[in-house]
Amino acid sequence: MKKILQNKTTRTNLTTYALVTVAFLVLQALSSMGMLTSSVNGYLVPVCVYIVLTISLNLLVGVCGELSLGHAGFMGIGAFSGIVAAALLQSAVPNGTLRLITAMIVGGILAGFLGFLIGIPVLRLRGDYLAIVTLAFGEILKNLIGNMYIGTDAKGLHFSISASKMELLEGGTYLIAGPKGATGVEKLSTFSMGFVLILFTLFIVLNLINSKEGRAIKAIKENRIAAESVGINVTAFRMKAFVVSAFLAGMAGALFGLNFSSVTASKFNFNTSINILVFVVLGGMGNILGSVISATVLYLLPELMRGLDDLRMLLYAVVLIVVMLCTWSPSVKGWIQCVCDRVKGLFHKPGKEAVSNE
Amino acid sequence: MKKVFAMLLAAVMVAALFAGCGAGSADANTIKIGMTGPLTGDAAIYGTAVKNGIEIAVAEINEKAKAEGGLKIEFKAEDDEADGEKAVSGYNVLKDWGMQVFIGTVTSGACNAVAPGAVADQMFLLTPSASSAEVAMAGASTFQMCFTDPNQGASAAEVISLNWADATIGVIYDSSDDYSSGLYEGFKAKAGELGLNVVCETSFTKDTKSDLSTQVTQCKDAGADLVFLPIYYTEASQILTYANKIGYAPTFFGCDGMDGILGVEGFNTALAEGLALMTPFDANATNEATQSFVAKYMENNNGQVPNQFAADAYDCVYAVYKACVAAGIDGKTPAVDACAALVKQFGSMTFDGLTGSGMTWDANGMISKAPAAVVIENGIYVPMG
Repeated sequence: MKKILQNKTTRTNLTTYALVTVAFLVLQALSSMGMLTSSVNGYLVPVCVYIVLTISLNLLVGVCGELSLGHAGFMGIGAFSGIVAAALLQSAVPNGTLRLITAMIVGGILAGFLGFLIGIPVLRLRGDYLAIVTLAFGEILKNLIGNMYIGTDAKGLHFSISASKMELLEGGTYLIAGPKGATGVEKLSTFSMGFVLILFTLFIVLNLINSKEGRAIKAIKENRIAAESVGINVTAFRMKAFVVSAFLAGMAGALFGLNFSSVTASKFNFNTSINILVFVVLGGMGNILGSVISATVLYLLPELMRGLDDLRMLLYAVVLIVVMLCTWSPSVKGWIQCVCDRVKGLFHKPGKEAVSNE
Repeated sequence: MKKVFAMLLAAVMVAALFAGCGAGSADANTIKIGMTGPLTGDAAIYGTAVKNGIEIAVAEINEKAKAEGGLKIEFKAEDDEADGEKAVSGYNVLKDWGMQVFIGTVTSGACNAVAPGAVADQMFLLTPSASSAEVAMAGASTFQMCFTDPNQGASAAEVISLNWADATIGVIYDSSDDYSSGLYEGFKAKAGELGLNVVCETSFTKDTKSDLSTQVTQCKDAGADLVFLPIYYTEASQILTYANKIGYAPTFFGCDGMDGILGVEGFNTALAEGLALMTPFDANATNEATQSFVAKYMENNNGQVPNQFAADAYDCVYAVYKACVAAGIDGKTPAVDACAALVKQFGSMTFDGLTGSGMTWDANGMISKAPAAVVIENGIYVPMG
């Protein structure tokens, strides 16, 4: 046990799992005791969603080194396919949790598949070009969903991209109604499932990073030519990271879609993609624990600053700049390191150190 | 072990920080009304209009209560950026604040996200301007002050068939906007029923609205002598400008989103002469209530003329106030009881306000008030015969 803990990566990974679990247990306990206000209760699931999105984008941006600006598009695909799947399975699977899991898997697979299709042309590009093309794909996905009509009636499932061609029988309902999006969605998402999804994401991403594949992906990030020269198939490994990232974003999207009564396609626009990217950058490129913390803090920050009215957007920007400066400036970094060592010193007894060194 | 304990302690402390904010003390004479709307972002013009309209009504009621005693109102607005996710957060914050009645949200998309939750919480919801039919259908305790989109589209078709029965009609609408496509669908269904001659239907989206010349040309080529524009005034002003440029002069007909066209910057208002539109509110109306409202609004907002959003919001506050007084609701009434009492009142009361008189609500919470159509003549609205 001691030996495992001496490995720094394992220690960091275990800390990440432990932190997430403790936070979940505390909040869940408070929630079941009715000690949380309705606003805090309302933040729980979206925070889980953004944590998963941030981790999945971090895999692509931080670990693989590819700048993607279309992450919200995958989230949107996951959200809407999840909503449709959950609605269609209503009679077949009465259990809400089971239906949510199915919806998340459907959303993830569809987003992953689309990620694969998009990846075929896109991953042959590099740098800025990749960013531009993913940005465009994100917008295309948004517009596609915004013009899509899906409905069910006695005859079965109907699909069209024009409202006038959709003629549902008496008693038929629209699952997705173009610009109106999905309305009247049954709320299936729970905080517990959000927690399970975070654990699942952490498990996949952390294991991927520390595996043979992960090392290849990291090698591609460090130096593409060198990686190619040792026989790494660059496109295949980038594709792996891209598809896994899209898959997880789709699952998070389904959790998001089934948490609100109504979702519109315009939600999954460029701004949302950039927002997630900001979470990744400020949490630290390739730093998974950092992603968890930054997504939580930066999502809650504008909400907690509601009391400041219009000033909150300004202050939010100021906080982002301050965090950016602090995490990049060597002197501030050194100072933080110093404080961390002091704090660590408080918990470490000198005698204990001697025992572990033996 | 000590480390784990310290971490746990820290986590509990952070959690306690979140849990710490509770509802304030309740004053028996003051009811708490909350609102969410886009106060920042693209749709901020609508949200701020609603907030300003509510503030005027609240100030009037509180002034009256100060002089004569009676019910006072405490009002709080939260920003939702016209986004469903933010609207739900804003609504939850208001609930923690102790809100008893919810006036909102301003936009349909956000309202669709909040309404089912409000129904489940048994929080009375009256929206000034979220006009999608889904809002009213969300439950028994959701009510609208504005027309439902398909209903307004249908009324527009009726007005057109009364006044321009033989017209050849072209339609330009925004297919990416839920307000515009809702109006269009209502119009189309009614037009088919009334046998109107629709010769051209063309649409644009949020991303292509910077150039609408193709759509205008299509209507011109189809020979439409009346163009129905179920869209907002910014795009409509572009359409009028371009039609004038190519020498196309049909009758243009808009809905309540057209209200505000005379205030568009850089738009030659002479082009709007003869434009007909459906609007529940006319800032130039001569009745005392409207004039006093317009004067107060302009004084508070640097001379800006209020639009129908502000007027609908003003009416919302008075409708809720009237119902609260009638039902004997005060600051100590829990939101759940207030909701039940208000639903009963709104089901039976008749309300006169700035946006119409003799307004009633049906069991779904949809409003019924006389649809008013006006024509712009010499830069002011003139009621249509």
